[in-house]
Parts: sequence; structure tokens; C-alpha cells
Amino acid sequence: MKEIFITSDKLSAQACTDVVSFSGAGGIVTFVGTVRDSTKGKSVKHLEFETYEKMALKEMQKIADDAKQKWVLFKMVIHHRTGLVPIGEEAVVIACSSAHRKAAFEACEYAINTLKETVPIWKKEVFEDGEVWVSAHP
Amino acid sequence: MKVEVIAFGIAKDIINAKSVNLEVSEGVTVGNIKEKLVNDYPAFNALVSLKLAVNAEYVEDHHILNENDEVVLIPPVSGG
Repeated sequence: MKEIFITSDKLSAQACTDVVSFSGAGGIVTFVGTVRDSTKGKSVKHLEFETYEKMALKEMQKIADDAKQKWVLFKMVIHHRTGLVPIGEEAVVIACSSAHRKAAFEACEYAINTLKETVPIWKKEVFEDGEVWVSAHP
Repeated sequence: MKVEVIAFGIAKDIINAKSVNLEVSEGVTVGNIKEKLVNDYPAFNALVSLKLAVNAEYVEDHHILNENDEVVLIPPVSGG
């Protein structure tokens, strides 16, 4: 399985966790970002993600490389979904493994925070009565 | 020279197309392109940010474009 991956198919947190697991890894942290059924009290039908895939993969790889520089990690896997994602399904999965938990927790949080700032992926919330590109306007 | 600027997300909605072709002079910078786009499509002013990527890398406003560069408008990202 690829470590850095964008797909329109359903993601698997278990598969990502399995990729980073091995006997030397005493701490594994897997972050799963799922699609909420509401935002600011308004009911959401589903999300639609659009990606500039070539650049998104490069930026995701940079995050994994930087995380390995900053913390002692064995592996980091970042998978992101694109296209229509129904309520409750995974939009992103980040898994990483280290000898101890602290590095794994910190690296995983760094990865999701940085992904939200740098990776060219756009999320549209689709409501019954319209749609909004998330974070576009102040 | 001609520069094709590709758009994603809300930028695509603002220009109402997947890309826009601009006729520009040699030595044009990314900042010049942004100024022109904001001038042609004032809705860009309302966004939190507007960046340009050249050949799949973020670049600063002083970056000079070459013919055949892949130029992409990056409105505020919202992955995750």
C-alpha cells in the first residue's frame, strides 16, 4: 500500500495502521478525520473534495518527510479522500509509528495541522439549500 | 506570451471556468498575474488568501513566469 495516497475510494484506518505497525513500534497514533453531519447548527448532506493531485501528493510527502526530521518516527502514512464523501466516512487518515507514544502523538498532530494549511485540497459542504467552499471567506 | 491559469475550488467558480488564458509580456511575475486576476474578477478580494503555484510548488509574488509553466490558482485550502 502507498504511504502517500489520494483516492476516490473509501479509506481504511485499519489498513493505514497496519502499514506503520511493526515489532519495534511501541507507539502508533492514527488520526481519522470523518465527515460530520452538521456545521454551525446546519445539517450537511455530504462533502465534496477537489484536489490538485500532483501538488497535493508533493505537499503530503513534504509533511511526512518533515515529520521524520522533527521526530524519531518509523513510518508515516497519509491518505486523503477526494470526490463525494458521505456523512460518517473518512476524509483523511494519518497514521504514524514511533518507539514511544509522545513522538507519535506530536507528529500526527503536526501532520494534520500542516495538511490543513498547505495541501491543495478543497472541501465543499453541501446542504439541502446550497453549498459552501469551506474556509474560503473570513 | 500566453499563460494559462488553472483554477480549483472557489477560484473555478469565480472565473466560471476551469482555466483562463492571459496574454502577458515576457518577465511577468506571479504578482502581476494576481493583480490582473483580482482586477478582472473582484470576487477574489473577498477571499482569505489567494496564492499561485508554478509547476506544482508555491511561489512568491516576485517569481517570474516562463512560457509553458503550469500555473495554478490556489484559493484558501480546506483539506482534512
